[in-house]
Amino acid sequence: MVSMTLRNIVAAAILIALAAVPIIAAALEQPFYVTLFSRILIFGLAALGLNLILGFGGLVSFGHAMYIGIGAYAVGILSYHGITNGWTHLAAALAVGAVAALLVGAVSLRTRGMAFIMITLAFAQMFFFLAVSLKQYGGDDGLAIATRSDFGVFKLDNPTRLYYIIYGVLIATLYGAWRMVHSRFGMVLRGCKSNERRMIALGVPTLRYKLTAYVMSAIICVIAGVLLANLTRFCSPSYMQWQLSGELIVMAVLGGMGTLLGPVVGAAALLVIEELLSSFDLPLPWGVGAFIHDHWMALLGLFIVGVVLTLKQGLYGYIAARPRRTV
Amino acid sequence: MLAIDSLVKRFGGLLATDHLSLQVARGEIHAIIGPNGAGKTTLIHQLCGEVAPDEGRIVFDGHDITREPAYRRALSGLGRSYQITSVFPEFTALENVVIAVQAHAGHSFRFWRSAVREPALVEPARAVLAQVALSDRANTPVGALAHGERRQLEIAMALAGRPKMLLLDEPMAGMSHQESASVVALLAGLKSKYTILLVEHDMDAVFALADRITVLVYGRAIATGTPDEIRASREVRDAYLGDVEELS
Repeated sequence: MVSMTLRNIVAAAILIALAAVPIIAAALEQPFYVTLFSRILIFGLAALGLNLILGFGGLVSFGHAMYIGIGAYAVGILSYHGITNGWTHLAAALAVGAVAALLVGAVSLRTRGMAFIMITLAFAQMFFFLAVSLKQYGGDDGLAIATRSDFGVFKLDNPTRLYYIIYGVLIATLYGAWRMVHSRFGMVLRGCKSNERRMIALGVPTLRYKLTAYVMSAIICVIAGVLLANLTRFCSPSYMQWQLSGELIVMAVLGGMGTLLGPVVGAAALLVIEELLSSFDLPLPWGVGAFIHDHWMALLGLFIVGVVLTLKQGLYGYIAARPRRTV
Repeated sequence: MLAIDSLVKRFGGLLATDHLSLQVARGEIHAIIGPNGAGKTTLIHQLCGEVAPDEGRIVFDGHDITREPAYRRALSGLGRSYQITSVFPEFTALENVVIAVQAHAGHSFRFWRSAVREPALVEPARAVLAQVALSDRANTPVGALAHGERRQLEIAMALAGRPKMLLLDEPMAGMSHQESASVVALLAGLKSKYTILLVEHDMDAVFALADRITVLVYGRAIATGTPDEIRASREVRDAYLGDVEELS
Protein backbone atom coordinates (compact mmCIF):
# COMPACT_ATOMS: atom_id res chain seq x y z
CA MET A 1 0.00 0.00 0.00
CA VAL A 2 1.53 3.27 -1.14
CA SER A 3 0.63 6.06 1.24
CA MET A 4 -0.39 9.55 0.14
CA THR A 5 2.67 11.40 1.31
CA LEU A 6 3.77 14.64 -0.27
CA ARG A 7 6.66 12.75 -1.80
CA ASN A 8 4.46 10.18 -3.52
CA ILE A 9 2.08 12.84 -4.81
CA VAL A 10 4.96 14.83 -6.29
CA ALA A 11 6.46 11.67 -7.81
CA ALA A 12 3.13 10.72 -9.36
CA ALA A 13 2.63 14.26 -10.68
CA ILE A 14 6.06 14.24 -12.32
CA LEU A 15 5.46 10.88 -13.99
CA ILE A 16 1.98 11.87 -15.20
CA ALA A 17 3.30 15.18 -16.54
CA LEU A 18 6.03 13.33 -18.44
CA ALA A 19 3.43 10.96 -19.87
CA ALA A 20 1.43 13.95 -21.12
CA VAL A 21 4.34 15.64 -22.94
CA PRO A 22 3.47 14.44 -26.48
CA ILE A 23 -0.18 15.46 -25.99
CA ILE A 24 0.79 18.92 -24.78
CA ALA A 25 3.36 19.27 -27.57
CA ALA A 26 0.70 18.37 -30.14
CA ALA A 27 -1.74 20.87 -28.62
CA LEU A 28 0.90 23.61 -28.75
CA GLU A 29 1.98 22.49 -32.23
CA GLN A 30 5.56 22.25 -31.00
CA PRO A 31 6.76 18.78 -32.07
CA PHE A 32 10.26 19.79 -31.03
CA TYR A 33 9.24 19.34 -27.39
CA VAL A 34 8.78 15.62 -27.95
CA THR A 35 12.40 15.35 -29.10
CA LEU A 36 13.64 17.53 -26.23
CA PHE A 37 11.79 15.45 -23.66
CA SER A 38 12.91 12.20 -25.30
CA ARG A 39 16.45 13.42 -24.68
CA ILE A 40 15.53 14.35 -21.12
CA LEU A 41 14.11 10.89 -20.41
CA ILE A 42 17.15 9.19 -21.94
CA PHE A 43 19.57 11.22 -19.86
CA GLY A 44 17.29 10.81 -16.86
CA LEU A 45 17.52 7.05 -17.39
CA ALA A 46 21.32 7.21 -17.62
CA ALA A 47 21.56 9.44 -14.53
CA LEU A 48 19.25 7.03 -12.68
CA GLY A 49 21.60 4.20 -13.64
CA LEU A 50 24.66 6.12 -12.45
CA ASN A 51 22.85 7.06 -9.26
CA LEU A 52 22.41 3.40 -8.27
CA ILE A 53 26.11 3.35 -7.42
CA LEU A 54 26.56 7.08 -6.81
CA GLY A 55 23.64 7.80 -4.50
CA PHE A 56 23.03 4.35 -3.06
CA GLY A 57 26.52 2.86 -3.16
CA GLY A 58 28.60 5.97 -2.53
CA LEU A 59 30.76 5.23 -5.59
CA VAL A 60 31.54 8.32 -7.67
CA SER A 61 32.05 6.99 -11.18
CA PHE A 62 33.36 9.67 -13.51
CA GLY A 63 33.18 7.45 -16.55
CA HIS A 64 29.60 6.39 -17.11
CA ALA A 65 29.36 8.20 -20.45
CA MET A 66 31.42 5.32 -21.84
CA TYR A 67 28.45 2.99 -21.37
CA ILE A 68 26.14 5.39 -23.18
CA GLY A 69 28.73 5.34 -25.97
CA ILE A 70 28.88 1.53 -26.02
CA GLY A 71 25.10 1.37 -26.38
CA ALA A 72 25.08 3.97 -29.15
CA TYR A 73 27.98 2.41 -31.08
CA ALA A 74 26.38 -1.04 -30.92
CA VAL A 75 23.43 0.40 -32.84
CA GLY A 76 25.64 2.49 -35.15
CA ILE A 77 28.15 -0.20 -36.10
CA LEU A 78 25.59 -2.97 -36.62
CA SER A 79 23.40 -0.66 -38.71
CA TYR A 80 26.42 0.32 -40.77
CA HIS A 81 26.83 -3.35 -41.66
CA GLY A 82 23.18 -3.60 -42.59
CA ILE A 83 21.97 -5.37 -39.45
CA THR A 84 18.87 -3.46 -38.44
CA ASN A 85 17.24 -5.93 -36.05
CA GLY A 86 16.72 -4.06 -32.79
CA TRP A 87 16.94 -7.13 -30.57
CA THR A 88 20.34 -7.90 -32.09
CA HIS A 89 21.38 -4.31 -31.40
CA LEU A 90 20.21 -4.56 -27.82
CA ALA A 91 21.78 -7.97 -27.23
CA ALA A 92 25.13 -6.84 -28.65
CA ALA A 93 25.04 -3.61 -26.64
CA LEU A 94 24.22 -5.43 -23.40
CA ALA A 95 26.84 -8.14 -23.97
CA VAL A 96 29.65 -5.70 -24.77
CA GLY A 97 28.52 -3.31 -22.03
CA ALA A 98 28.32 -6.04 -19.39
CA VAL A 99 31.75 -7.44 -20.23
CA ALA A 100 33.30 -3.96 -20.27
CA ALA A 101 31.62 -3.06 -16.96
CA LEU A 102 32.72 -6.33 -15.37
CA LEU A 103 36.36 -5.74 -16.33
CA VAL A 104 36.43 -2.01 -15.58
CA GLY A 105 34.53 -2.53 -12.32
CA ALA A 106 36.71 -5.42 -11.18
CA VAL A 107 39.78 -3.20 -11.51
CA SER A 108 38.31 0.15 -10.39
CA LEU A 109 36.45 -1.13 -7.33
CA ARG A 110 39.72 -2.16 -5.73
CA THR A 111 40.36 1.55 -5.25
CA ARG A 112 38.23 4.06 -3.40
CA GLY A 113 37.64 7.78 -3.13
CA MET A 114 39.63 9.99 -5.46
CA ALA A 115 41.46 7.02 -7.00
CA PHE A 116 38.13 5.48 -8.01
CA ILE A 117 37.03 8.73 -9.66
CA MET A 118 40.28 8.95 -11.60
CA ILE A 119 40.45 5.32 -12.68
CA THR A 120 36.86 5.34 -13.99
CA LEU A 121 37.66 8.54 -15.87
CA ALA A 122 40.78 6.92 -17.33
CA PHE A 123 38.87 3.90 -18.61
CA ALA A 124 36.20 6.13 -20.15
CA GLN A 125 38.89 8.18 -21.91
CA MET A 126 40.37 4.96 -23.31
CA PHE A 127 37.02 4.09 -24.85
CA PHE A 128 36.61 7.65 -26.08
CA PHE A 129 39.89 7.51 -27.98
CA LEU A 130 39.06 4.02 -29.19
CA ALA A 131 35.89 5.46 -30.75
CA VAL A 132 37.85 8.36 -32.26
CA SER A 133 40.25 5.87 -33.82
CA LEU A 134 37.46 3.92 -35.56
CA LYS A 135 38.03 5.64 -38.91
CA GLN A 136 35.80 3.15 -40.72
CA TYR A 137 32.91 4.26 -38.50
CA GLY A 138 33.42 7.98 -38.89
CA GLY A 139 36.22 8.50 -36.38
CA ASP A 140 35.95 11.95 -34.89
CA ASP A 141 32.92 12.92 -36.94
CA GLY A 142 30.75 10.09 -35.78
CA LEU A 143 28.44 7.88 -37.77
CA ALA A 144 24.98 8.60 -39.11
CA ILE A 145 22.50 5.78 -38.65
CA ALA A 146 20.33 5.21 -41.73
CA THR A 147 17.33 3.54 -40.09
CA ARG A 148 16.24 3.11 -36.51
CA SER A 149 16.52 -0.27 -34.78
CA ASP A 150 13.78 -2.63 -35.87
CA PHE A 151 12.10 -4.09 -32.80
CA GLY A 152 9.27 -5.77 -34.75
CA VAL A 153 6.04 -4.78 -33.07
CA PHE A 154 7.67 -1.90 -31.19
CA LYS A 155 8.12 0.44 -34.16
CA LEU A 156 10.38 3.36 -33.41
CA ASP A 157 9.44 5.16 -36.61
CA ASN A 158 7.45 8.06 -35.25
CA PRO A 159 8.68 10.43 -32.53
CA THR A 160 5.66 10.00 -30.27
CA ARG A 161 5.89 6.23 -30.29
CA LEU A 162 9.62 6.42 -29.64
CA TYR A 163 8.90 8.80 -26.75
CA TYR A 164 6.48 6.37 -25.13
CA ILE A 165 8.87 3.47 -25.52
CA ILE A 166 11.59 5.50 -23.78
CA TYR A 167 9.03 6.45 -21.12
CA GLY A 168 8.09 2.79 -20.63
CA VAL A 169 11.73 1.76 -20.26
CA LEU A 170 12.24 4.53 -17.70
CA ILE A 171 9.19 3.55 -15.65
CA ALA A 172 10.17 -0.13 -15.69
CA THR A 173 13.71 0.77 -14.63
CA LEU A 174 12.45 3.04 -11.85
CA TYR A 175 10.24 0.26 -10.52
CA GLY A 176 13.00 -2.34 -10.74
CA ALA A 177 15.43 0.01 -9.02
CA TRP A 178 12.88 0.73 -6.29
CA ARG A 179 12.50 -3.00 -5.58
CA MET A 180 16.27 -3.44 -5.68
CA VAL A 181 17.01 -0.60 -3.27
CA HIS A 182 14.78 -2.16 -0.61
CA SER A 183 15.82 -5.77 -1.23
CA ARG A 184 18.57 -7.66 0.56
CA PHE A 185 20.91 -6.58 -2.21
CA GLY A 186 19.94 -2.96 -1.71
CA MET A 187 20.51 -3.23 2.04
CA VAL A 188 24.04 -4.46 1.40
CA LEU A 189 24.68 -1.75 -1.19
CA ARG A 190 23.42 1.07 1.05
CA GLY A 191 25.21 -0.48 4.00
CA CYS A 192 28.48 -0.35 2.04
CA LYS A 193 27.94 3.34 1.42
CA SER A 194 27.15 3.94 5.07
CA ASN A 195 29.92 1.87 6.68
CA GLU A 196 31.70 -0.67 4.53
CA ARG A 197 34.13 -1.69 7.25
CA ARG A 198 31.27 -2.75 9.49
CA MET A 199 29.65 -4.57 6.59
CA ILE A 200 32.80 -6.69 6.17
CA ALA A 201 33.06 -7.25 9.94
CA LEU A 202 29.48 -8.55 9.85
CA GLY A 203 30.56 -11.19 7.34
CA VAL A 204 29.68 -9.66 3.97
CA PRO A 205 32.20 -9.98 1.10
CA THR A 206 31.40 -6.49 -0.18
CA LEU A 207 33.37 -6.43 -3.44
CA ARG A 208 31.12 -8.86 -5.30
CA TYR A 209 28.02 -6.85 -4.37
CA LYS A 210 29.57 -3.55 -5.36
CA LEU A 211 30.69 -5.09 -8.65
CA THR A 212 27.19 -6.38 -9.37
CA ALA A 213 25.75 -2.95 -8.63
CA TYR A 214 28.36 -1.37 -10.88
CA VAL A 215 27.46 -3.68 -13.77
CA MET A 216 23.72 -3.07 -13.26
CA SER A 217 24.32 0.66 -13.24
CA ALA A 218 26.40 0.40 -16.43
CA ILE A 219 23.76 -1.74 -18.16
CA ILE A 220 21.13 0.96 -17.60
CA CYS A 221 23.45 3.50 -19.23
CA VAL A 222 24.01 1.08 -22.14
CA ILE A 223 20.25 0.91 -22.68
CA ALA A 224 20.12 4.71 -22.54
CA GLY A 225 22.84 4.73 -25.23
CA VAL A 226 20.82 2.41 -27.50
CA LEU A 227 17.82 4.72 -27.12
CA LEU A 228 19.93 7.84 -27.70
CA ALA A 229 21.34 6.47 -30.97
CA ASN A 230 17.79 5.75 -32.10
CA LEU A 231 16.59 9.22 -31.14
CA THR A 232 19.40 11.13 -32.84
CA ARG A 233 20.08 8.50 -35.56
CA PHE A 234 23.69 9.26 -34.95
CA CYS A 235 26.53 8.06 -32.79
CA SER A 236 29.80 9.79 -32.15
CA PRO A 237 32.71 9.84 -29.71
CA SER A 238 31.09 12.91 -28.12
CA TYR A 239 28.65 10.53 -26.41
CA MET A 240 31.59 9.17 -24.44
CA GLN A 241 33.40 12.35 -23.59
CA TRP A 242 34.15 13.11 -20.00
CA GLN A 243 31.96 16.22 -19.96
CA LEU A 244 28.95 13.96 -20.35
CA SER A 245 30.10 11.75 -17.45
CA GLY A 246 30.30 14.95 -15.43
CA GLU A 247 26.85 16.07 -16.54
CA LEU A 248 25.36 12.76 -15.37
CA ILE A 249 26.83 13.42 -11.92
CA VAL A 250 25.48 16.98 -11.98
CA MET A 251 22.01 15.66 -12.89
CA ALA A 252 22.03 13.23 -9.99
CA VAL A 253 23.28 15.85 -7.53
CA LEU A 254 20.92 18.54 -8.82
CA GLY A 255 17.84 16.33 -8.53
CA GLY A 256 18.84 14.51 -5.36
CA MET A 257 21.23 11.56 -5.03
CA GLY A 258 19.38 9.98 -2.16
CA THR A 259 16.27 9.35 -4.27
CA LEU A 260 15.42 7.28 -7.33
CA LEU A 261 13.46 9.96 -9.17
CA GLY A 262 15.91 12.75 -8.30
CA PRO A 263 18.30 12.12 -11.22
CA VAL A 264 15.37 12.22 -13.67
CA VAL A 265 14.25 15.54 -12.21
CA GLY A 266 17.86 16.73 -12.35
CA ALA A 267 18.15 15.75 -16.01
CA ALA A 268 14.92 17.60 -16.81
CA ALA A 269 16.01 20.72 -14.92
CA LEU A 270 19.46 20.78 -16.50
CA LEU A 271 18.36 20.19 -20.09
CA VAL A 272 15.32 22.49 -19.95
CA ILE A 273 17.34 25.35 -18.50
CA GLU A 274 20.11 24.70 -20.99
CA GLU A 275 17.54 24.84 -23.80
CA LEU A 276 15.85 27.99 -22.49
CA LEU A 277 19.06 29.91 -21.88
CA SER A 278 20.93 28.90 -25.02
CA SER A 279 18.02 29.88 -27.27
CA PHE A 280 17.24 33.00 -25.25
CA ASP A 281 16.12 35.88 -27.45
CA LEU A 282 13.74 38.03 -25.43
CA PRO A 283 14.37 41.73 -26.22
CA LEU A 284 15.48 42.71 -22.72
CA PRO A 285 16.92 46.23 -22.36
CA TRP A 286 20.62 47.14 -22.01
CA GLY A 287 21.70 44.09 -23.98
CA VAL A 288 20.78 41.72 -21.14
CA GLY A 289 19.09 39.41 -23.62
CA ALA A 290 22.22 39.08 -25.75
CA PHE A 291 24.34 38.69 -22.62
CA ILE A 292 22.22 35.78 -21.41
CA HIS A 293 22.29 34.22 -24.85
CA ASP A 294 26.06 34.42 -25.06
CA HIS A 295 26.87 33.47 -21.48
CA TRP A 296 24.13 30.97 -20.68
CA MET A 297 26.60 28.44 -19.31
CA ALA A 298 27.67 30.86 -16.60
CA LEU A 299 24.04 31.35 -15.57
CA LEU A 300 23.48 27.60 -15.56
CA GLY A 301 26.50 27.28 -13.32
CA LEU A 302 25.08 29.85 -10.91
CA PHE A 303 21.79 27.97 -10.83
CA ILE A 304 23.54 24.67 -9.99
CA VAL A 305 25.63 26.31 -7.28
CA GLY A 306 22.48 27.92 -5.87
CA VAL A 307 20.57 24.65 -5.72
CA VAL A 308 23.44 22.70 -4.23
CA LEU A 309 24.04 25.34 -1.54
CA THR A 310 20.43 25.98 -0.55
CA LEU A 311 18.76 22.62 -1.13
CA LYS A 312 21.48 20.24 -0.06
CA GLN A 313 19.48 17.18 -1.00
CA GLY A 314 18.67 18.46 -4.48
CA LEU A 315 15.46 19.64 -6.10
CA TYR A 316 13.48 16.43 -5.70
CA GLY A 317 15.45 15.22 -2.69
CA TYR A 318 14.35 18.35 -0.83
CA ILE A 319 10.68 17.46 -1.27
CA ALA A 320 11.28 13.80 -0.56
CA ALA A 321 13.07 14.59 2.70
CA ARG A 322 10.20 16.71 4.07
CA PRO A 323 8.56 15.21 7.16
CA ARG A 324 6.33 12.34 6.16
CA ARG A 325 3.00 14.00 6.67
CA THR A 326 0.00 12.38 5.10
CA VAL A 327 -2.15 14.82 3.18
CA MET B 1 38.07 -22.07 21.33
CA LEU B 2 40.65 -19.48 20.42
CA ALA B 3 44.39 -19.99 20.54
CA ILE B 4 46.84 -17.23 19.77
CA ASP B 5 50.40 -18.35 19.26
CA SER B 6 53.29 -15.86 19.52
CA LEU B 7 51.55 -13.16 17.54
CA VAL B 8 53.68 -10.20 16.43
CA LYS B 9 52.55 -6.92 14.91
CA ARG B 10 54.94 -4.04 14.25
CA PHE B 11 53.95 -0.52 13.28
CA GLY B 12 57.26 0.85 12.07
CA GLY B 13 59.58 0.48 15.04
CA LEU B 14 56.73 0.03 17.50
CA LEU B 15 55.92 -3.47 18.67
CA ALA B 16 52.15 -3.27 19.11
CA THR B 17 51.87 -7.00 19.70
CA ASP B 18 54.98 -8.65 21.11
CA HIS B 19 55.04 -12.46 20.79
CA LEU B 20 51.67 -12.72 22.43
CA SER B 21 50.24 -16.14 23.21
CA LEU B 22 46.80 -16.58 24.66
CA GLN B 23 44.21 -19.32 25.05
CA VAL B 24 40.51 -18.67 25.44
CA ALA B 25 38.52 -21.70 26.60
CA ARG B 26 35.04 -22.46 25.34
CA GLY B 27 32.33 -20.73 27.37
CA GLU B 28 34.59 -18.44 29.38
CA ILE B 29 34.72 -14.69 29.54
CA HIS B 30 38.32 -13.81 29.08
CA ALA B 31 39.10 -10.17 29.80
CA ILE B 32 42.06 -8.26 28.48
CA ILE B 33 43.14 -5.26 30.48
CA GLY B 34 46.09 -2.98 30.23
CA PRO B 35 47.06 0.67 30.07
CA ASN B 36 46.34 2.81 27.02
CA GLY B 37 48.58 1.87 24.11
CA ALA B 38 49.07 -1.68 25.37
CA GLY B 39 47.84 -3.01 22.01
CA LYS B 40 44.41 -4.23 23.06
CA THR B 41 42.49 -2.88 20.09
CA THR B 42 45.31 -3.88 17.73
CA LEU B 43 44.91 -7.42 19.04
CA ILE B 44 41.16 -7.37 18.36
CA HIS B 45 41.81 -6.04 14.86
CA GLN B 46 44.18 -8.93 14.16
CA LEU B 47 41.72 -11.46 15.51
CA CYS B 48 38.88 -10.24 13.32
CA GLY B 49 41.05 -9.71 10.27
CA GLU B 50 41.19 -5.96 9.85
CA VAL B 51 44.94 -5.90 10.51
CA ALA B 52 47.29 -8.63 9.32
CA PRO B 53 49.80 -9.88 11.90
CA ASP B 54 53.49 -10.03 10.95
CA GLU B 55 54.18 -13.32 12.71
CA GLY B 56 52.37 -15.96 14.67
CA ARG B 57 49.20 -17.94 14.32
CA ILE B 58 45.54 -17.53 15.26
CA VAL B 59 43.52 -20.73 15.60
CA PHE B 60 39.78 -20.37 16.03
CA ASP B 61 37.54 -23.35 16.66
CA GLY B 62 40.18 -25.74 15.35
CA HIS B 63 40.93 -23.80 12.15
CA ASP B 64 43.93 -21.66 11.40
CA ILE B 65 42.39 -18.29 10.48
CA THR B 66 45.60 -16.24 10.43
CA ARG B 67 45.28 -15.49 6.69
CA GLU B 68 41.50 -15.63 6.33
CA PRO B 69 39.76 -12.48 5.10
CA ALA B 70 37.68 -10.59 7.65
CA TYR B 71 34.27 -11.49 6.23
CA ARG B 72 35.03 -15.22 6.32
CA ARG B 73 36.08 -15.04 9.97
CA ALA B 74 32.80 -13.33 10.76
CA LEU B 75 30.90 -16.04 8.89
CA SER B 76 32.76 -18.78 10.74
CA GLY B 77 31.39 -17.43 14.02
CA LEU B 78 33.62 -14.65 15.24
CA GLY B 79 31.40 -11.66 16.07
CA ARG B 80 32.79 -8.32 17.15
CA SER B 81 31.79 -4.96 18.50
CA TYR B 82 33.79 -1.78 18.07
CA GLN B 83 35.33 0.51 20.65
CA ILE B 84 34.17 3.51 18.66
CA THR B 85 30.55 2.83 17.80
CA SER B 86 30.39 1.57 14.23
CA VAL B 87 26.85 1.20 12.99
CA PHE B 88 24.85 2.33 9.94
CA PRO B 89 23.70 5.80 10.95
CA GLU B 90 21.26 6.28 8.03
CA PHE B 91 19.24 3.22 9.05
CA THR B 92 16.90 2.53 11.95
CA ALA B 93 17.98 0.38 14.88
CA LEU B 94 15.93 -2.54 13.54
CA GLU B 95 17.39 -2.18 10.04
CA ASN B 96 20.89 -2.23 11.49
CA VAL B 97 20.21 -5.58 13.11
CA VAL B 98 18.39 -6.83 10.01
CA ILE B 99 21.56 -6.20 8.00
CA ALA B 100 23.55 -8.10 10.63
CA VAL B 101 21.13 -11.05 10.50
CA GLN B 102 21.13 -10.95 6.71
CA ALA B 103 24.93 -11.14 6.60
CA HIS B 104 24.66 -14.62 8.10
CA ALA B 105 21.58 -15.74 6.16
CA GLY B 106 23.21 -16.81 2.91
CA HIS B 107 24.10 -14.63 -0.05
CA SER B 108 22.40 -11.28 -0.62
CA PHE B 109 21.89 -11.55 -4.39
CA ARG B 110 18.18 -11.09 -3.91
CA PHE B 111 16.91 -8.10 -5.77
CA TRP B 112 13.16 -8.09 -5.52
CA ARG B 113 11.68 -8.73 -2.11
CA SER B 114 11.82 -6.01 0.54
CA ALA B 115 14.33 -7.10 3.19
CA VAL B 116 12.58 -5.37 6.08
CA ARG B 117 9.40 -7.31 5.25
CA GLU B 118 11.05 -10.73 5.38
CA PRO B 119 10.02 -12.43 8.61
CA ALA B 120 13.12 -14.63 8.38
CA LEU B 121 15.24 -11.51 8.87
CA VAL B 122 13.01 -9.29 10.96
CA GLU B 123 11.97 -11.80 13.62
CA PRO B 124 15.50 -12.74 14.69
CA ALA B 125 16.43 -9.05 14.55
CA ARG B 126 13.57 -8.15 16.90
CA ALA B 127 14.56 -10.94 19.25
CA VAL B 128 18.11 -9.62 19.47
CA LEU B 129 16.88 -6.06 20.03
CA ALA B 130 14.72 -7.35 22.88
CA GLN B 131 17.78 -9.11 24.33
CA VAL B 132 19.64 -5.79 24.60
CA ALA B 133 16.50 -3.95 25.76
CA LEU B 134 16.14 -1.78 22.66
CA SER B 135 12.75 -3.05 21.47
CA ASP B 136 10.98 0.27 21.91
CA ARG B 137 13.66 2.03 19.86
CA ALA B 138 13.41 -0.38 16.91
CA ASN B 139 12.13 2.19 14.42
CA THR B 140 14.28 5.07 15.58
CA PRO B 141 17.00 6.19 13.18
CA VAL B 142 20.36 5.37 14.71
CA GLY B 143 21.39 9.01 14.43
CA ALA B 144 18.72 9.83 17.02
CA LEU B 145 19.79 7.18 19.55
CA ALA B 146 21.59 8.14 22.75
CA HIS B 147 25.23 7.10 23.11
CA GLY B 148 24.43 4.29 25.51
CA GLU B 149 21.72 2.96 23.22
CA ARG B 150 24.10 2.93 20.29
CA ARG B 151 26.57 0.93 22.37
CA GLN B 152 23.82 -1.59 23.07
CA LEU B 153 22.97 -1.71 19.37
CA GLU B 154 26.64 -2.38 18.69
CA ILE B 155 26.41 -5.50 20.87
CA ALA B 156 23.09 -6.47 19.29
CA MET B 157 24.70 -6.44 15.85
CA ALA B 158 27.49 -8.70 17.07
CA LEU B 159 24.91 -11.10 18.56
CA ALA B 160 22.69 -11.11 15.48
CA GLY B 161 24.98 -13.46 13.57
CA ARG B 162 24.72 -16.10 16.35
CA PRO B 163 28.48 -16.14 16.74
CA LYS B 164 30.42 -18.85 18.53
CA MET B 165 32.63 -16.22 20.05
CA LEU B 166 32.30 -12.50 20.74
CA LEU B 167 35.13 -10.01 20.59
CA LEU B 168 33.93 -7.02 22.59
CA ASP B 169 36.13 -3.95 22.37
CA GLU B 170 35.30 -1.73 25.36
CA PRO B 171 31.53 -2.24 25.28
CA MET B 172 31.11 0.18 28.21
CA ALA B 173 33.21 2.98 26.69
CA GLY B 174 31.73 6.37 27.52
CA MET B 175 28.73 4.94 29.36
CA SER B 176 27.18 6.27 32.53
CA HIS B 177 27.28 4.10 35.67
CA GLN B 178 23.70 3.09 35.19
CA GLU B 179 24.23 2.16 31.54
CA SER B 180 27.36 0.14 32.35
CA ALA B 181 25.46 -1.72 35.00
CA SER B 182 22.84 -2.76 32.45
CA VAL B 183 25.54 -3.91 30.02
CA VAL B 184 27.23 -5.90 32.80
CA ALA B 185 23.87 -7.56 33.46
CA LEU B 186 23.48 -8.24 29.74
CA LEU B 187 26.94 -9.79 29.44
CA ALA B 188 26.41 -11.83 32.61
CA GLY B 189 23.32 -13.23 30.88
CA LEU B 190 25.37 -14.15 27.81
CA LYS B 191 27.95 -15.93 29.93
CA SER B 192 28.19 -19.67 29.23
CA LYS B 193 26.17 -19.25 26.02
CA TYR B 194 29.04 -17.52 24.28
CA THR B 195 32.77 -17.48 24.55
CA ILE B 196 33.71 -13.84 25.07
CA LEU B 197 36.96 -11.98 24.72
CA LEU B 198 36.37 -8.72 26.54
CA VAL B 199 38.59 -5.67 26.32
CA GLU B 200 37.50 -3.20 28.96
CA HIS B 201 38.76 -0.34 31.07
CA ASP B 202 36.01 -0.51 33.65
CA MET B 203 37.71 -2.63 36.36
CA ASP B 204 34.54 -3.20 38.33
CA ALA B 205 32.94 -4.71 35.25
CA VAL B 206 35.99 -6.80 34.42
CA PHE B 207 36.34 -8.26 37.91
CA ALA B 208 32.60 -8.92 38.09
CA LEU B 209 32.38 -10.72 34.76
CA ALA B 210 35.67 -12.33 33.84
CA ASP B 211 36.62 -15.95 34.43
CA ARG B 212 40.18 -15.20 33.51
CA ILE B 213 42.09 -12.02 32.89
CA THR B 214 45.16 -11.32 30.80
CA VAL B 215 47.14 -8.18 31.51
CA LEU B 216 48.69 -6.62 28.43
CA VAL B 217 51.53 -4.11 28.71
CA TYR B 218 53.44 -2.89 25.63
CA GLY B 219 51.97 -5.69 23.56
CA ARG B 220 53.14 -8.42 25.94
CA ALA B 221 51.02 -10.54 28.24
CA ILE B 222 52.60 -9.99 31.65
CA ALA B 223 50.09 -12.14 33.51
CA THR B 224 47.11 -14.40 32.98
CA GLY B 225 44.93 -15.74 35.75
CA THR B 226 41.67 -15.66 37.65
CA PRO B 227 40.49 -12.27 38.93
CA ASP B 228 41.78 -13.14 42.42
CA GLU B 229 45.20 -14.11 41.11
CA ILE B 230 45.44 -10.92 39.06
CA ARG B 231 44.38 -8.78 42.00
CA ALA B 232 47.01 -10.43 44.16
CA SER B 233 49.81 -10.24 41.61
CA ARG B 234 52.51 -7.80 42.57
CA GLU B 235 53.79 -7.47 39.02
CA VAL B 236 50.38 -6.49 37.72
CA ARG B 237 49.91 -3.97 40.49
CA ASP B 238 53.23 -2.37 39.71
CA ALA B 239 52.60 -2.27 36.00
CA TYR B 240 49.04 -1.28 35.85
CA LEU B 241 46.49 -1.59 38.61
CA GLY B 242 48.36 0.74 40.91
CA ASP B 243 48.22 3.49 38.29
CA VAL B 244 44.49 3.18 37.93
CA GLU B 245 43.95 3.52 41.64
CA GLU B 246 46.13 6.58 41.79
CA LEU B 247 44.22 8.13 38.92
CA SER B 248 40.80 7.37 40.31
